[in-house]
Amino acid sequence: MVRARGVDKRYGKLPVLRGLDLDVERGQVTAIVGPNASGKTTFNKILLGLVRADRGEVHIDGHRVDEDPSYRARIGYMPQSARFPENLCADDVFRMLADLRGASEASRDEELIESLVLGPVLRTPIRVLSGGMRQRVNAALAFLFRPELLLLDEPTAALDPISSGVLKDKIRQERDAGRTFILTSHVLSELEELADRVAFLLEGQVRFSGSQEELKAKTGEATLERAIAQLMRQGAAEPPAVARVS
Amino acid sequence: MTILKVVRYVILDVVRNRWVLAYGLFFLAVTDVLLRLGGSGPRAMLSLLNVVVLLIPLVTIVFGTIYWHGAREFNELLLSQPVARGTLFHGLFAGLVIPLSVAFVVGVTIPVLVQRAADGQTTKLLLLLLLAGCALTAVFGALAVLIAGLVDDRLKGLGIALGVWLVMTVAYDGLVLWVAMAFQDYPIEGAMLALSFANPVDLARVLLVLRFDVSALMGYTGAVMQRMLGTPLGIAAAIGGLAAWTIVPGLFALRAFHRRDF
Repeated sequence: MVRARGVDKRYGKLPVLRGLDLDVERGQVTAIVGPNASGKTTFNKILLGLVRADRGEVHIDGHRVDEDPSYRARIGYMPQSARFPENLCADDVFRMLADLRGASEASRDEELIESLVLGPVLRTPIRVLSGGMRQRVNAALAFLFRPELLLLDEPTAALDPISSGVLKDKIRQERDAGRTFILTSHVLSELEELADRVAFLLEGQVRFSGSQEELKAKTGEATLERAIAQLMRQGAAEPPAVARVS
Repeated sequence: MTILKVVRYVILDVVRNRWVLAYGLFFLAVTDVLLRLGGSGPRAMLSLLNVVVLLIPLVTIVFGTIYWHGAREFNELLLSQPVARGTLFHGLFAGLVIPLSVAFVVGVTIPVLVQRAADGQTTKLLLLLLLAGCALTAVFGALAVLIAGLVDDRLKGLGIALGVWLVMTVAYDGLVLWVAMAFQDYPIEGAMLALSFANPVDLARVLLVLRFDVSALMGYTGAVMQRMLGTPLGIAAAIGGLAAWTIVPGLFALRAFHRRDF
């Protein structure tokens, strides 16, 4: 579904991605993990066209992401922190995006609006909502137009345990229905629960890409958390290598 | 048309910002007072011109710079949808310029209509004033968008915006006057004309001044323009100059917007 080859990105003099290669398969949850500033969010933003790669190619279903923006109609995005035009209410935002995507009311997936109990705040200006509430709006928005690919960046970070549980159930349900997820999170127990595959990013390169079982076998560890810690320790000892791709 | 949809929602967001309403009400109050105190419509319109050439650039460049920095959330949200960057840029620009222009036009027009001050000459002046005001909104909107697009730091951007306003509205006429005094023994009409076109505020002023024999009250630049461009061609050239002052900074801003990382 997603194919990235030789992606480089610098912010000023700071290199963030250095020849990143990655394949994400359809109908699976792929977790992108790595230490802070390893390039996870930048990679998500390149997939959305929010950030331009300096070099390399990224294709989603055969479409280059830096060309025609119409491919984004098939993506749902939940950023790390929910940011909306402050004077609009959630209902305005839902309607605006439906309008821009040309999505009919009947085709929308409003399950999360109900299960995250957003009904009472739909007409409230977003600026007066709490951070957690905004993040719920954000989650509902990512799923609203039944996208084929969902990019969720630290999706449960600001959510309470009930909302977090609702969201995780939704991810599993939609994965089983054939949707593709790219998930970044620092909560490794959560990723262990949800992820089919893991891509480990370090210093802007993919140092491991494979299933959880393969990762555990490779590192000889029993949990994802320990396996990732092991990769990080190895990474600290090794200089950046040529990326390995599954 | 995606762009019309974008413009609609941007305007919806901007209109809910009370600053725009306050801006319209300010013009309503000033026009009303000037009409009551000024005695005649044309005199009030000319007094209003002095308010317009100072205030519209100030409010538009300050509001525009803040608005463009504040639109980052909107940009991120919309660019993660199937919306091209060029479409979003034009939508945001229209969403800045249209509400400010409408607030100005409505604010000035209502008192003229309510006080039945719209005789032939006043109407002609009013229409020119509205044209000049809207042109200045577009020019300073484009400059604001360029400043905010190039300078990431909000405070620094705001400082540059205020500096540009100060130079164009206050310092510039001083410079023109100094050039005229220093080189009074030389034939400098051509240079004076070029200096006038190099400042959109002077160009907007010229649009009105050329219609009436009040150029002497409007600074030295106005006097030069009256003599050299007091023709329909002159007015067309002034409008062309204002359009260029919108399009050129706008194109640079669009280029920066295309290259930007959100």
